[in-house]
Amino acid sequence: MTIDKRIVRKEALEKLFEILKQNNRTIFAPVSKNGKTSFKITESYSSIEKDFIQTTQSSKESVFPRTEKILDFTKSKNSLDAKPFDILQVPEVILWGVRPCDAMGMGELSAIFNWDSKDEIYNSRLSKTTIIGFSCFKADESCFCTSVGGNPGNIEGSDILFTRLGESGDWLAEIITEKGVAIVAIAQDIFQKTENQDKNKYLAEVPVKFDRETIRKKLDAFFESEEWVEQSLKCIGCGACAYVCPTCACFDIQDEIHGKSGSRVRCWDSCGISQFTLHTSGHNPRAVQSQRWRQRIMHKFSYMPERLSVYGCTGCGRCSRACPVDMNILEHLISIQEVTL
Amino acid sequence: MDELRKRAKELLESKTISVVIGYEEGTYNRTRALFVEKPEEASKLIFDSRCVLNLATYITKQEVKAKGKMAIAATIPVMRSIIQLAYEFQVSDKNLLVLGITPESNLMEFKDLLEVETYIHKFEIEINASYREKLDKLAGMTQTERWKFWIDELSPCFKCYACRAACPMCYCHRCTVDFNQPQWIPVPSHELGNLEWHIMRAVHLMGRCIDCDGCANACPLGIPINLLNKRLLEDAKRHFGGYQPVLKGDHLMSTFKPDDKENFIR
Amino acid sequence: MMENIYMPYLMRIEKVTYEAPGVKTFMLKFVNNDDQNNFNFKAGQFGEYSVYGVGESTFCIASSPTRKGYIECTFRQTGKVTNALAGCEEGSIVGFRGPYGNVFPLDEWKGKNLLFIAGGIALPPMRCVIWNALDLRDNFKDVTIIYGARTVKDLVYKHELQDWEKRRDVKLITTVDPGGESPDWKGEIGFVPTIVEKVAPSSKNTIAIVCGPPVMIKYTFPVLAKLGFADNDIYTTLENRMKCGFGKCGRCNVGKVYVCKDGPVFTLAQLKELPDEY
Repeated sequence: MTIDKRIVRKEALEKLFEILKQNNRTIFAPVSKNGKTSFKITESYSSIEKDFIQTTQSSKESVFPRTEKILDFTKSKNSLDAKPFDILQVPEVILWGVRPCDAMGMGELSAIFNWDSKDEIYNSRLSKTTIIGFSCFKADESCFCTSVGGNPGNIEGSDILFTRLGESGDWLAEIITEKGVAIVAIAQDIFQKTENQDKNKYLAEVPVKFDRETIRKKLDAFFESEEWVEQSLKCIGCGACAYVCPTCACFDIQDEIHGKSGSRVRCWDSCGISQFTLHTSGHNPRAVQSQRWRQRIMHKFSYMPERLSVYGCTGCGRCSRACPVDMNILEHLISIQEVTL
Repeated sequence: MDELRKRAKELLESKTISVVIGYEEGTYNRTRALFVEKPEEASKLIFDSRCVLNLATYITKQEVKAKGKMAIAATIPVMRSIIQLAYEFQVSDKNLLVLGITPESNLMEFKDLLEVETYIHKFEIEINASYREKLDKLAGMTQTERWKFWIDELSPCFKCYACRAACPMCYCHRCTVDFNQPQWIPVPSHELGNLEWHIMRAVHLMGRCIDCDGCANACPLGIPINLLNKRLLEDAKRHFGGYQPVLKGDHLMSTFKPDDKENFIR
Repeated sequence: MMENIYMPYLMRIEKVTYEAPGVKTFMLKFVNNDDQNNFNFKAGQFGEYSVYGVGESTFCIASSPTRKGYIECTFRQTGKVTNALAGCEEGSIVGFRGPYGNVFPLDEWKGKNLLFIAGGIALPPMRCVIWNALDLRDNFKDVTIIYGARTVKDLVYKHELQDWEKRRDVKLITTVDPGGESPDWKGEIGFVPTIVEKVAPSSKNTIAIVCGPPVMIKYTFPVLAKLGFADNDIYTTLENRMKCGFGKCGRCNVGKVYVCKDGPVFTLAQLKELPDEY
């Protein structure tokens, strides 16, 4: 299938933003606070962070919020009324400013939330989300999308992908899906026809650092290695890496009640925190950090590909940037690749 | 820091020490913790002004302790944490040797923790000018403005607990948030719950926090939670007299005197 | 129409039975008749039982699928949710999500002898399959049940134990730990693995189903191996910390397996392939 390619002039991008706003779309875009960038609901084009390699928090917040209601309930004397989360309340959302690695990450999340049973809360959010991606013309030492099946101009997961055409400041727009076509339809003047453009010359260089199939094969034999202890000595067991990751979807379910009514919510959780596997009896199957660090790598690079046919990592590098103690997953993956068994 | 590298190598070769905790080069021109067990790897140890991570957070970590007697390259904030941990029975001369780093970046080895305490007591904890300005601004706000400021700052918090994990004083195997009978602090992250968590943590740290900024540096979202700790640090000084040598004396927050002020209990 | 997979069925507590110190059985009926009529499960499956406002807890369905119109669960008061459940009276409403997990392959066991070995609070996960087998008694040859608890008081399903004792088509051996017997105790005295060794059931054409606290399991497996049981003929149910029950929250993931989806029923052969993280 040939992708429809258009040109969007430099000044027209802001016009597109305004059109989307007028069309009642809730726009999540990267906004900075305290020097860190996260996707927030934005109404002003000028407040959007435009010059960044990668945001601090991923865009998964819009389809998998950190805290979301599953159901509401009210108790009365001899009965109980429980209502599921109303998916009709989910607004039409535009995710603006998403990098290809994040867009690809939606595939991983969808695999988890649709494994046999279908999570309608997640699916309804995703179906109402249009992803406007921006390919990368810069990368840094933590990026490794090319090692995990991605690339800085990857169209997978985006509905429209913008690539900046160098000095001119104009944008190449690839209209990838039906949702993308729908956006073009409401902004015809902005998306101008163009001759074929080669976007590759405008993309960042991201050298391949490891081969994930090799790592997957080595991991199975590597399970009992002492290396896990050495690799995880620095790790302090917080949840930062899991929470900024676009593909981490482990969650907790908690009830909150005030008086007679309340709700059941789902909230982010991390396998790196020791309480994750703690039994009420006090027994903890993963009592030491090395087991938890091993679980993170094994789950993403061995268990997920085996059971869900997707790797649990898109190489965005956020975990390395956010880690308070510089655990650097990339270094560890490379050292696993280099291990002689 | 050749002296440090040389001394670390000696200690490991003589097997007096099983692991030396120090700093090495990291990514993005940062430094990170290094655990040296083999004498030849002592050459990886570095020290410069980028080394601000509070390494004392590792001396209560079971995988590190299990290696045997530890030596730690400790700047003054790290030394302060170590003394507080020693006061709370989490570490002792038996399992820790302090390789002190003076403000002039010279190596100063201590015979025991008492010597460390005598040394650090020469230096006051001083809040730097830029934080001073922020604290004064907060103190000048009305209660409503201050509430709004903190709700605003803490809403992005997603309860990753990096602040807790990076803090040497948060070594409790079972933190208050981990109790669910009753659930003192809600688990999901929302405005009020986040506020409860951070206030609770700051209060638990009053008098124990030594102002290393580890929590704020660890926060992936750049939230300035250390402002809470700094304010409580000043309050502790104002109301209870500030830090005293504790290894042979009284700790300001866990010693009661009949003439203690109670005018803030309303 | 897609339904919210996190929505529990509303269940009314029909009957509360006090089994042992801290252990209760609930008989639950669906509040909604349609739910009742559409509900099906197989022995071995579990559910998430909840007290709205407190949380959810994971227990197996302890009644047999051959008994229609209700389900039962047995639990020990240990944590926040089980304590809240224990405080619920007959007539109150709780939530139930399920059935989740895999099943005991009773069809594959036709024509074989069945040996059930359980300890303490681990009899409930087996009770569903025991009754299921007894309700289809002609499908199986000999049925032997070896069940032990720390003391006489701690034995659960005391009335059913009496029923099983009386039945001619069931061989029941009950035991208590040394020192746990009462003056009128007529059963065995000794730890479960010791009694298994003493009874020495034949492994020929026999399936063994074992469930108990980790220490009991640890010492029972070698006894069964000595008696000639193959790893593929020994079944157990695994417990692990769970939240969602259907493979999304990640909590019960052990190696390549999710206890909620690929278990909780495992053969010993499958168990041996798992990393020691459960």
